[in-house]
Amino acid sequence: MKFFSLRRRPRDLDCNEFVELVTDYFEGVLPDPEHRAFEHHLTECEGCTAYLQQMRETKRLTGALRADDVPAEGVDELLAAFRSYQGRA
Amino acid sequence: MKLQTRAAPTLVRAAPPGCSVAPAVTLDPDAELLARLRRGDERAFRTLVERHHSALLRVALWHVRDRQAAEEVVQETWLAVIQGLDRFEGRSTLKTWLFRILTNRAKTRGEREARSVPFSAVADDGDDEPAVSADRFQGPDGQYPGHWAAPPATWETLPDVRLLSQETLRLVADAIELLPLAQRSVIRLRDIEGWDADEVCDLLGLSHGNQRVLLHRARSKVRAALERYLADEVISA
Repeated sequence: MKFFSLRRRPRDLDCNEFVELVTDYFEGVLPDPEHRAFEHHLTECEGCTAYLQQMRETKRLTGALRADDVPAEGVDELLAAFRSYQGRA
Repeated sequence: MKLQTRAAPTLVRAAPPGCSVAPAVTLDPDAELLARLRRGDERAFRTLVERHHSALLRVALWHVRDRQAAEEVVQETWLAVIQGLDRFEGRSTLKTWLFRILTNRAKTRGEREARSVPFSAVADDGDDEPAVSADRFQGPDGQYPGHWAAPPATWETLPDVRLLSQETLRLVADAIELLPLAQRSVIRLRDIEGWDADEVCDLLGLSHGNQRVLLHRARSKVRAALERYLADEVISA
């Protein structure tokens, strides 16, 4: 089938190539032919569709982590410095 | 999602596709704070500290020996900020200015400690690892070489409360802690702190491509850890 495909049909990607393009896809930096091949692959591959969804979820869950809390005593000290510097004039 | 060209000389930064040279005047999320800081508003200062303190600490740790030294450098940075606010001209964002002060101080201290490891020297860790273990795909003798032999399962059947549970988030945090330094730094800044690619490249002195490789390796490993952790539940779902 491959040999008689239409000229404008996107290049076929293997799944092990697909998984390496996911970040570039999210970042919007895939060149046009790869971008089309990537989205075309999705239309016919359930495994990669699930994979892409897992990567989206991974990003979302990572984003749900909170940055470490700031130790309170450090902030108090800084606020005191801020106050005294403001009051210097 | 097409590669954008950045020809339009606009003042507001459009979401850049990767790293590129940002115009000097950008939309600064701290701009409103700056005005209040200059009026001596303590709550504004506290907000600024809370917003950036943990990232400053992490960046400092790339340059100095231990956590105590890093904390001292961060504290010095805040004091320098307090004293420099009047002179800050707003040519860069407040955040860029802040991290520049930190980086200069941390580097100087790191050099004194003879622990100056240029970030670029560690930034190539994990370059050649695949995102997914090769044995998940069919080999050259398979029916469809390079295609899934063991495809991932959908997580769509899992309830959101499960995905966002403390236990799952703990696992994500632990997976990130296990990453090599450069990957850990990039995923934290991008996905936890919400920095854009430009800012991360600028701060770490990374090329655009290198930044993406590090982010890709990091996210791929966190995904793999989540997949192992959730495996039993998706099968039974």
